[in-house]
Amino acid sequence: MAHEQISPFDIVFHWRNAQLLLNTVLLVAGVLAVTVSLAVPAAWLTTCTSLPGRRLFTLLGVLPLVVPGYLMAYTFRSLGGEIGVISQLFGIVIPRPSGYFGALLALSLYNFPYMFLNLRASLRELDPALEESARTLGSTPPAVFTHVVLPQLRPAMLTGAFLIGLHVIADFGVVSIMNFDTFSLALFQQYGMPNRTTAAWLALMVIAMAVIFLATEALLLRGLRLDRVGSGTHRMRRRATLGWWTLPAIALLTLLAIVSVGVPVSTIAYWSLRCTWSLTMLEDVRDAIVNSLSGSVPAAIVATAMAIPIAYMARRYPSKRSFYLERVAYLGFATPPLAFALGLIFVAKYTAPVLEYSLILLVFAYSMYFLAEAVGPLRNSLYRASPRIEEAARSLGCNGFTAFWRVTFPVMRNGIVVACALVFLSCMKELPLTMMLAPHDFHTLAYNVYSYAADDAMFHEAAPYAVAILLVSTGLVAVLLMRGRKLV
Amino acid sequence: MNKYNILSKLALTFLVAVIVTEFNARAAKAEDDTLVLYCGRKKSLVGPIVRRFERETGIDVKVKYGSTSQLALALLEEGKRSSADIFWSQDAGTLGALTAVDRFAVLPDWVLSTVHERYRNPDGRWVATSGRARVLAYSSKRVKVDALPESVFDLTDAKWRGRVGWAPTNASFRAFVTAMRNEHGDEKTLAWLLAMKRNKAQVYSRNTPIIQAIANGEIDLGLPNHYYLLRFKKVDSTYPVEQTFFKAGDIGNLINVAGVGMLSTSRHKQAAARFAAFLLTPPVQQYITSEIFEYPVTEDVIVPEALSAASELNEKAPKVDLDAIADVEGTLKLLREAGLL
Repeated sequence: MAHEQISPFDIVFHWRNAQLLLNTVLLVAGVLAVTVSLAVPAAWLTTCTSLPGRRLFTLLGVLPLVVPGYLMAYTFRSLGGEIGVISQLFGIVIPRPSGYFGALLALSLYNFPYMFLNLRASLRELDPALEESARTLGSTPPAVFTHVVLPQLRPAMLTGAFLIGLHVIADFGVVSIMNFDTFSLALFQQYGMPNRTTAAWLALMVIAMAVIFLATEALLLRGLRLDRVGSGTHRMRRRATLGWWTLPAIALLTLLAIVSVGVPVSTIAYWSLRCTWSLTMLEDVRDAIVNSLSGSVPAAIVATAMAIPIAYMARRYPSKRSFYLERVAYLGFATPPLAFALGLIFVAKYTAPVLEYSLILLVFAYSMYFLAEAVGPLRNSLYRASPRIEEAARSLGCNGFTAFWRVTFPVMRNGIVVACALVFLSCMKELPLTMMLAPHDFHTLAYNVYSYAADDAMFHEAAPYAVAILLVSTGLVAVLLMRGRKLV
Repeated sequence: MNKYNILSKLALTFLVAVIVTEFNARAAKAEDDTLVLYCGRKKSLVGPIVRRFERETGIDVKVKYGSTSQLALALLEEGKRSSADIFWSQDAGTLGALTAVDRFAVLPDWVLSTVHERYRNPDGRWVATSGRARVLAYSSKRVKVDALPESVFDLTDAKWRGRVGWAPTNASFRAFVTAMRNEHGDEKTLAWLLAMKRNKAQVYSRNTPIIQAIANGEIDLGLPNHYYLLRFKKVDSTYPVEQTFFKAGDIGNLINVAGVGMLSTSRHKQAAARFAAFLLTPPVQQYITSEIFEYPVTEDVIVPEALSAASELNEKAPKVDLDAIADVEGTLKLLREAGLL
């Protein structure tokens, strides 16, 4: 059996890679465009206006995060077609979402909460005094929005765009279901083959793409200072009244919620009705919940704890070193998960073999992988923390750490909560790292959903696990949102 | 400051608890009646089999579920330090690839003697547990039985333009192409791949979407494995898709196998051999046939009506050396040349 070696040149410069590259870039651009157009009005309506039901819409805007991407894509696919849900309910046959537009739809709805959350956090912190000054100087409201509000939203939009971009580049679940060829999908398929060389080269290319993306973001954020130079803090914003715009606004947000949350949830509910519930199955679900939580909760805490010093150093002591450190934190997420997992197995084997396939290694993998999601909200919350108050504390006798703890940390609290929540939700849905690195017999909710739903016609068996993911994740998000006005 | 103290104490306690649980779990692993199974099959399908083995023998089985190829990669990465005892692969190609790098030990005779020699590696390094056939799936609404193509090579005909679905990145498809290369040569295989592409064969990422696409009216014919449709039909017997074999001996009827190999680095070879033998016992083979709809590899199994009789299968299937399907490199090169990868 001759095993021919394929040269790296052939792998990297294959004509098909150009097509994959184009597809991936178009998808990223499309998803960013759609998520920004959805998130900006949604964030503004729920933060700065008198819209009734703001809390509910905020919760609904965050909920798409609890649905795993492949589930979202799958439920949308099952809407159309001759035997699809729409056909069965209304007798109309619509084509199934697929290809570029199918992937665009699923990925935008699935990722838009990242942009939504970041924008909301920024909008709350905006000083209305700046806008009012602009108005007194003669600007019209649209001009105020464009020249005063939007620039201040730049870090939030870029952080959100950045996270979403990485998610789209890394995704292979949604594009696999929608039959749209991107780099990560090709890479995932390559790992399905016993030749690691090709897979490794493709992985490097994906990382290179992510690094370019990172560099662009860094360039766009250079030199941005948004903290207040005068004394005091900003006034509470007075909410804009909508008047007769209220109804269209509610309609828009409701439509968004129906599509992004209603479709997956009702499909899962429909499956669970057809499922045979039994005691052993409930025991399995309980075990899976425990497993999922025992990975996600520590990972959320560890990731946030690791992210705090990185974000702090990046903002307070901007230098080449902190710049690169922050970017390295994002590299975890830029690495294709299979490559990441194999790398960790390799490292563990030679440094700490006792940790191989242990929960500790899995938690570490999650934290390193999702570090990027934690750094973003923390960094954004630091934009508002004035170094001056911290310096005042130090001049009054506190050492460095105490000054941070008592002055800056409370300001970062929002960011910390958001960071923990994002990492937790991502870990609950995570699949490839878990499959490769988890201890034996450690089956999470996400694995069970994938196992039953992905290949066989056993979607209704997947329902209990899918329902569990939705309930646990929604519970956490609801608790966070309802706890206080200041959070999220 | 108090709440921060409490928080840090909680965090510390939690960390300690995690570490303690970890070491407890590891202590349990050192015992003799445990088995580590790397399973390339889904838990939803084989979970009950593993549970039954645990109940009957008292051996604690720790299962690592994953995709066959990713687990194979993990095994290669782990090397001699691997804690895996037995590997259940979804396809023969991976078994052959691991055999070629000496990862499997020779199974004892009392395991190998239960199956016919076409269902095991000649040196006894792996044994098949079930058969998986390639078939032609078609829409029961839009395609008449007498219009069906006789050979997989007929699918490049103009009348099937844009109406055929396939999954070129799928492992089973790769095995099929490797078999085609072995039987008909590289040139003819490449020509067929390119002709299918020119005939606008619709690409899907896996086999199940092919069946769903036929049902949803997007394509009329498809090239999946035989058991997918049967699982759909079990849930909904009116599912508007049917399947059939090509003419006898056509390469399109390739039978691949799922099978197990015992790792040469295993420290529980006795338990591993028992597990392999267990998979070949009548109750398990019956379960595999009736619930998972794959072909049994032993006699004395009642085959459901939906599955063609084993005798018909042997008649239709081409004669293929399963170990030869391991040469995936050449197939990958061909698929890349055809622009499918």
